[in-house]
Amino acid sequence: MTLFIQQLFDGLALGGVYCLAAIGLTLIFGVLRIPNLAHGALYMLGAYVTYFFLVTVGVPYVAAIGLAAVVLALIGVLLERLVFHPLRNAPHTHHMIAAVGAMFFFQAVAQALWGADFRRMDSPISGSVTIFGAQISWQRIVIVGTAVIVLALLTWFIKRSIHGQTIEAIEQDRTGSSLVGISPSRVSMLTFGLAAALATVAAGLVAPINLLSPTMGDALSLKVFAIIILGGLGSLPGAVVGGFALALAEVMTSTYVSAAAGEGIAFVVIVLVLAIRPTGLFARAVQR
Amino acid sequence: MTTTFSPQRFGTLLVALALLLAPLTLGGEEYVLRVLTVGATYAIAVYGMNLILGLTGQLSLAHGGFFGIGVYVVGLLTTDYDWAFWPSLAVAVTATAVGGYVAGVVALRTHEEYFAIFTMAMGFIIFLVISRWESVTHAHSGVSGVKFPEGFGAFDFSEPTVMYYLVLLFLLGAAYVTYAVRRSGIGRTLVAIRTSEDLARSIGVNVGLNKQLAFAASTTLAGLGGGLFAAVQGFVGPSAAGIDLTFEMLMFILVGGLGTVLGPVVGTFLVLFLFEFFQDFEAYRFLVLGPIIVVLVIFAPRGIVGYLNQFVGRVRSRGANGSRNPGGPRGDRQAETTTDVKEAL
Repeated sequence: MTLFIQQLFDGLALGGVYCLAAIGLTLIFGVLRIPNLAHGALYMLGAYVTYFFLVTVGVPYVAAIGLAAVVLALIGVLLERLVFHPLRNAPHTHHMIAAVGAMFFFQAVAQALWGADFRRMDSPISGSVTIFGAQISWQRIVIVGTAVIVLALLTWFIKRSIHGQTIEAIEQDRTGSSLVGISPSRVSMLTFGLAAALATVAAGLVAPINLLSPTMGDALSLKVFAIIILGGLGSLPGAVVGGFALALAEVMTSTYVSAAAGEGIAFVVIVLVLAIRPTGLFARAVQR
Repeated sequence: MTTTFSPQRFGTLLVALALLLAPLTLGGEEYVLRVLTVGATYAIAVYGMNLILGLTGQLSLAHGGFFGIGVYVVGLLTTDYDWAFWPSLAVAVTATAVGGYVAGVVALRTHEEYFAIFTMAMGFIIFLVISRWESVTHAHSGVSGVKFPEGFGAFDFSEPTVMYYLVLLFLLGAAYVTYAVRRSGIGRTLVAIRTSEDLARSIGVNVGLNKQLAFAASTTLAGLGGGLFAAVQGFVGPSAAGIDLTFEMLMFILVGGLGTVLGPVVGTFLVLFLFEFFQDFEAYRFLVLGPIIVVLVIFAPRGIVGYLNQFVGRVRSRGANGSRNPGGPRGDRQAETTTDVKEAL
């Protein structure tokens, strides 16, 4: 039972991280209709930039994550402008190929700046609390808490603020929103910036638990795709539910079955879901 | 084509001559010959990718995985089970052909980005199985001592030059298949599917079956390339099945030219040459190559051979479609259908 509770909390913390990363991906898909294969690379860069601010510059942890989020938001906007905007009318295969190019570039940048070996980032939040005999570290509680707060703010932003509402408008009908004066181009930039910032927050939160490496985004990239396919491409609540579901499945499988099975479960999920429902669970009508 | 001199034919001849004469001019440069041989095995797999991505327009990211299946079937059968090379290669090719067809039944129910994500997951599962199933694949310690193909009479394939020509023969076969497919009705069917699946269906094309066959053909070539790769390398590890390999092949074909006959071989050797050139700072090569991929996709999505073809086509029918914008996707597609039908290079 203690083991189960321990794993439950680990799963929830991991779920928080997955949610934050997956929401960015699903927003980009909703607005631009492209699967951004470079998302994991943005997450990885986010972790390294947080590391840079925390360790090299020496600002406090929360400020480091905030600054890194701003930097990554700018990189996200640049990525949209330089790579995806010129390709907006190209066949869908071209976006994915370009995203792969961007992903390799980001990995090479991280490797050039910080080296290929693993880096450790210590969190100022230490210690743990005992709940039902399970040791839950404060860092994991902070992750879950932050994820909930960020998700609440994001929901407010998209549903209530004028800029956020433009995102939803574009998702629903691109031509219609252009007609009422919403610039698709500006919304794309906003979405990319937001997505990169969210990925950075996720990376900054999980970095003290995991190690940093230039390839840390690879596995995540595929996992967030599994999540958004599970939750339906472009759906926000789907990304949240999918994130926690996949994280719990992963943690439980690696505890009770085997580590390799835990690693592979995300891909098995993708294959199974798409084999049964080729357009994903909870798929919405696809805008062409 | 009735003209005796065609730029396409000239180009083909040039590439063929360069590949045939390479070992003679190298004169004992074992390392370069080895790189060329390995490159030729990749190029065979890239021809497979060309069939599914270049002609049919489906981005399959499981290609590296199927290459890996070919590598490991040959690798494991010739070492742990002590089979001869040729039957092992036959098993590898059959396995990837059947595997591709069966996987295609499910994978091709999905479309566009779902297909790409599905095949990426498939590729990753193949990689995970190969890199984790220690009792069978030896996981990270890899497979060593893969046998050379058994020779016939005077041909001894442990001789690097002879092995090179053997791989080249298979490469020629792969290129010929692409050429034949492009000239035939099947090729036009696949291009119709690439242009618009709905439109193709409306004129009576069996979209599902044709995509399925194209996918199976592409995985078969990946398996063939993989099997030869295992024999050329002698030692193979899980990285021969990785997703990075898929991405590299994607770059090869993109540089060469999607959907063209010469594109895969030109792209593969050119990019491999660049890789070797940047070898001293291997880890950083993507600092340059990453942006190159992006720039190519944006400004030259048809690759070197595609671009040359377009140029030749435009000179030939001067005025007919010369005013069309070569970079724009609309003009591109229209120009493409005209050149596609006319030129079989």
